[in-house]
Amino acid sequence: MLRNSRTERLVALVLVAPFLAIYLLAFVYPTVQMFRISFTDAPLIGEGRWVGLDNYLRLDNDPMFRRAVWNTAYFVLMTVVPGTLIALLIALGVSRLKGRFQAIVLALFFLPYILPVSVVYLIWDWTLNFQFGIAMHVLDWLGIPRVPVFKSRVWFLPAVAGVTIWWTAGFSILLFLAGLRSIPAEIHEAAALDNSTRWTTFRRITWPLLWPVTSLVLTIQLILQLKIFDQVYLFSIGGRPNDNMVLVYYVFQKAFQQNQGGRAAAVAVTLFVLVVVVSVLQFQLLRFAERRRR
Amino acid sequence: MNAMAAQRWNFWGGIITALTLVWAILWAFPLYWGVISSLKPDDEVVRPYIELWPETPTLENYIDALTTTQIGTWYVNSVAVAVGVTVITIFTSMLCGYAISQLRFPGRIALWWLILASFMVPTSALIINHFVLVANLGLLNSWAGIMLPQLIHPVIIIVYKQFFDQVPKDFREAAVMDNASEFGILFKIYMPMNWGVTTALSIVCFIWTWNAFLWPFLSVTRTEMMTITVGITQVNDAFGVYYARQLSAAVLAGLPVALAYLFFQRRVTEAITLSAGIKG
Repeated sequence: MLRNSRTERLVALVLVAPFLAIYLLAFVYPTVQMFRISFTDAPLIGEGRWVGLDNYLRLDNDPMFRRAVWNTAYFVLMTVVPGTLIALLIALGVSRLKGRFQAIVLALFFLPYILPVSVVYLIWDWTLNFQFGIAMHVLDWLGIPRVPVFKSRVWFLPAVAGVTIWWTAGFSILLFLAGLRSIPAEIHEAAALDNSTRWTTFRRITWPLLWPVTSLVLTIQLILQLKIFDQVYLFSIGGRPNDNMVLVYYVFQKAFQQNQGGRAAAVAVTLFVLVVVVSVLQFQLLRFAERRRR
Repeated sequence: MNAMAAQRWNFWGGIITALTLVWAILWAFPLYWGVISSLKPDDEVVRPYIELWPETPTLENYIDALTTTQIGTWYVNSVAVAVGVTVITIFTSMLCGYAISQLRFPGRIALWWLILASFMVPTSALIINHFVLVANLGLLNSWAGIMLPQLIHPVIIIVYKQFFDQVPKDFREAAVMDNASEFGILFKIYMPMNWGVTTALSIVCFIWTWNAFLWPFLSVTRTEMMTITVGITQVNDAFGVYYARQLSAAVLAGLPVALAYLFFQRRVTEAITLSAGIKG
């Protein structure tokens, strides 16, 4: 038996090694480095002097950092809950359909999620184009003055939030559908026999049973949207990136456009801690809710 | 059961179905509009009214995009990177998931927690140090450089471990009794049992990598090394904007993943729900 367990360990080592090597190199090492250079005044590439907490203290009265925090929060507010609600509504509608018909309707809702962000950007940039966009023809027809959506300070983030909901809803819809499928049909049949209305059935039965999936979707969305960058960057091309500043964009700007690796790392660490705290908090909440349910 | 109530139930059910259908069509309309616009000649694209079908459908925008941009090269880059990341990630994750699930070795629990914890870490916060690392390795503007930071998907290990956990332990013990080699057990017994999961995970891993934007955008500065998702947004015409041509480039960039989804619809949705932690 001794020989056996020794071979077992050896085999385990060989099997784990490739992943572990990549993991240490491309994940653990960069994470440690990020914390380390956030205490220095290093440029993007190269060493810097130790400056202690200076980079963090500076964030406190850095107007651009504040704007990035507020815009990120605003974006999260506009995407997470509204996006989840829309996905839930769509899932409820799709779950009523049957067979092939359901697959086709689901595909229509799901397709945007499968596309690269740059394709989503080009399609919406075209749809909402100030001069030729089809949405502007619709506005003309309704008698509403045209808006240069992505050049406007007021409309930029709401519009990007809308596009983001359109792009990512497919994922949440899938999770809701899986959740709905796990609710036994008899429960609904029993409710129908009891003459309960559609709304009561939803509020008393579907919604509580769906709550675990809902909280999962909310968490995934929250973490995803805190990391917003791609859409904001793309739609800002030729526009005003500084007005639309969000956290990851600020990391990008500080590190890659202003060559201030240390200060960018301080922003990155802030984001890092924020996301980890949110995840841990959510994990604890979920556990708590589960315990109370029992 | 009250007949009137049943009728009311069905009436509203019909309305909801109709609304869902209309909503689905409106939802997908921008996709349709993008494709249709890419099939219109330049003068038709900018007409000041709505035409839902091109008057003279043409492929000239596609021919233009293919011949005047480096889209072909970007395609090759995207395919190479996506295939590379998928093969390496699936392979290393499967080995690791198998070891954690079926073998007993010191550090096993610690490794498992490390993987679970890294689930929470936002990789977009690591861009600075990924860049420094890849630059120091001399891998900027290379396939390997685009691939390296994308090789870690903890969720794939988690899914594999859960699947291997469902296999009864007697399976492995019986094979060990038969003097089968450890690798033989993995490749001849366990892997074939999980073909479904492996294909599903491979397809979504390919799609994720194909769609990745931030890292490929940062690590590549030379046009001929760009992936297609980055390339189509970085190269603008010096002679004004050709909307239809840009849209045809977008269609070409989205086509592989859209087709992958449409062909493997069940597998893709299965893998995505699995990766969110919901058992399919």
